[in-house]
Amino acid sequence: MAGLELLSDQGYRLDGRKATELRKVQARMGVFAQADGSAYMEQGNTKALAVVYGPHEVRGSRSKSLHDRAVINCQYSMATFSTAERKRRPHGDRKSSEMSLHLKQTFEAAVLTQLYPRSQIDIYVKILQSDGGNYSACVNAATLALVDAGIPMRDYVCACTAGFVEDTPLADLCHAEESGGGTTLSLALLPRSENIALVQMDARLHQDHLPALMEAAMEACKGLSKVLDSVVRQHLQEVSVQTRE
Amino acid sequence: MRETPLSNCERDFLLKGIQEKKRLDGRQTYDYRNIKISFGTDYGCCTVTLGKTRVLAQVSCELVPPKDSRPTEGIMFFNLELSPMASPGFQSNRQSELLVTLNRQLERCLRNSRCIDTESLCVISGEKVWQIRVDVHVLNHDGNLMDAASVAAISALCHFKRPEVAIQGRDVTVFSPEERDPVPLSVYHMPICVSFAFFQQGSYLLVDPCEKEELVMDGLLVLAMNKHREICSIQSSGGIMLLKDQVLRCSKIASVKVSEITELITKALENDRRARKEGGKFGFAESIAKERITVLTREEAPLDTTDIQATADGIISKADAPPEVVPSPVIVATGTGQVGEGLENTWGLEEDDEEEEMADVTERKTKEDEVMVLSDSEEEEVVILNQDGRSKRSQR
Repeated sequence: MAGLELLSDQGYRLDGRKATELRKVQARMGVFAQADGSAYMEQGNTKALAVVYGPHEVRGSRSKSLHDRAVINCQYSMATFSTAERKRRPHGDRKSSEMSLHLKQTFEAAVLTQLYPRSQIDIYVKILQSDGGNYSACVNAATLALVDAGIPMRDYVCACTAGFVEDTPLADLCHAEESGGGTTLSLALLPRSENIALVQMDARLHQDHLPALMEAAMEACKGLSKVLDSVVRQHLQEVSVQTRE
Repeated sequence: MRETPLSNCERDFLLKGIQEKKRLDGRQTYDYRNIKISFGTDYGCCTVTLGKTRVLAQVSCELVPPKDSRPTEGIMFFNLELSPMASPGFQSNRQSELLVTLNRQLERCLRNSRCIDTESLCVISGEKVWQIRVDVHVLNHDGNLMDAASVAAISALCHFKRPEVAIQGRDVTVFSPEERDPVPLSVYHMPICVSFAFFQQGSYLLVDPCEKEELVMDGLLVLAMNKHREICSIQSSGGIMLLKDQVLRCSKIASVKVSEITELITKALENDRRARKEGGKFGFAESIAKERITVLTREEAPLDTTDIQATADGIISKADAPPEVVPSPVIVATGTGQVGEGLENTWGLEEDDEEEEMADVTERKTKEDEVMVLSDSEEEEVVILNQDGRSKRSQR
């Protein structure tokens, strides 16, 4: 992949975006009737579904329940057809269990779990098509699903990736940019308080470049939060129109 | 067995200490515990002790067909194991959350940062490459497994030597160490993880948390860096809220710590190389002190004792003198008895009452007798044996 030019001399990326430009975001809330909350999210070609059940009584062993807050249970899976090579195991391998864990930690930080002691909130996310930024698509979709389920949160949790090519931070990487071996920073941000719920970075980056990269990722997250907010407002409007009739 | 939970008292004590910038073992906020790196007799075998945390890493290699997607690159495989030997909380053959995080963090720290030249591990393109397998075993858990594991893994990789191979046409000959000298791996840089524990919603942070501190912490931030001040991976966990400045500050601290640890590793490698070259003694057997019970040894905490006498005197002088008067017994109300306290024995006093009671009984008896005896005389003489006084009374 060394020959691939990630950023042209004119400042355009592989898919014709500018360095700080996000991919097109499309989202719907309330896509399933059975679940308490659900959402569908597209970030470019990355497509994710999220479903939320709960808060409900703790299932399985009672010992898992916490006396002062709710347990968050996350499961991340990828559809077998989501990648170029067919996946054999949709979930349960190391990467997916790590992803489930990260999602859990992200939402433990953001959801007001202390309002629901001894209960459980289930978040199931599935990647339908993977084109880079799986974690961020999952977080954004799960946020919308949680809003749909009416579970109180501190703020929207917005996640976005950022990369670093030729001294320029790139926002919202696609698969080709991610797999090139360059730096990838995933950030889950609560935009209003600028609190970072989760940060993860791969591959080498000089320490001096870190502030610029984080700044770019945070800007991208804030941009996403505006999109998510408009999606929620639009959904509420549609729902209120429907219920009035 | 489940991990023993920390009591509330202990939790409060630890947190109070952290607030006052004091740690259980007398360390400063940004101090590491003592790191000791020793190598085994085999190449690629390394144990690291970080305080009481003990980790063993062993590197091995084998010839395998490469992955289809990367036909010219060798394969790196990392596996970290938490045996129940290290801590009663660990269960064998169970994918716990801790195990997943540690394994992935190790992979991301060492594989994704490309610290090993994988292309040099190719033997025949598309057919045979070396697979380097790094097994990390946790022998004793006293917190901060990640840092210990990363130091052990990278030291073992630097120490490891793979057999020399020769290729003639399509035939591959693997030479034993006796025939040809084994070759070391080409290591580009040495990424080392540094863990930061956050307490009280991120207002306090500690480097290298020990097991107790890990039990009370809110969250963890692990940074992997090398001595060139390049960040190789960042991972936050535990559901904490961080601010950008905190991450940047941690990266600054980490760069200092990493350069210290790197120096330590190169020194340990150098010592081992020299010992082998000179034909001296090397390996674990040499590095462990003999005739010593290692369990009971306790490292002396570097406590600041300079003004301890003065402080103690100060406390004594300020304190109230102990009361000299022995407190007198308090009688709550009349009629309540107290056991001990030097009061007079009251048991003897009740004897009279008893006698009176007995007298009453006899009186009643006499009345019954009166009914029984059909006599007009009121002053019937009743004979009671033994005591004259009683018969008198009954005659009343």
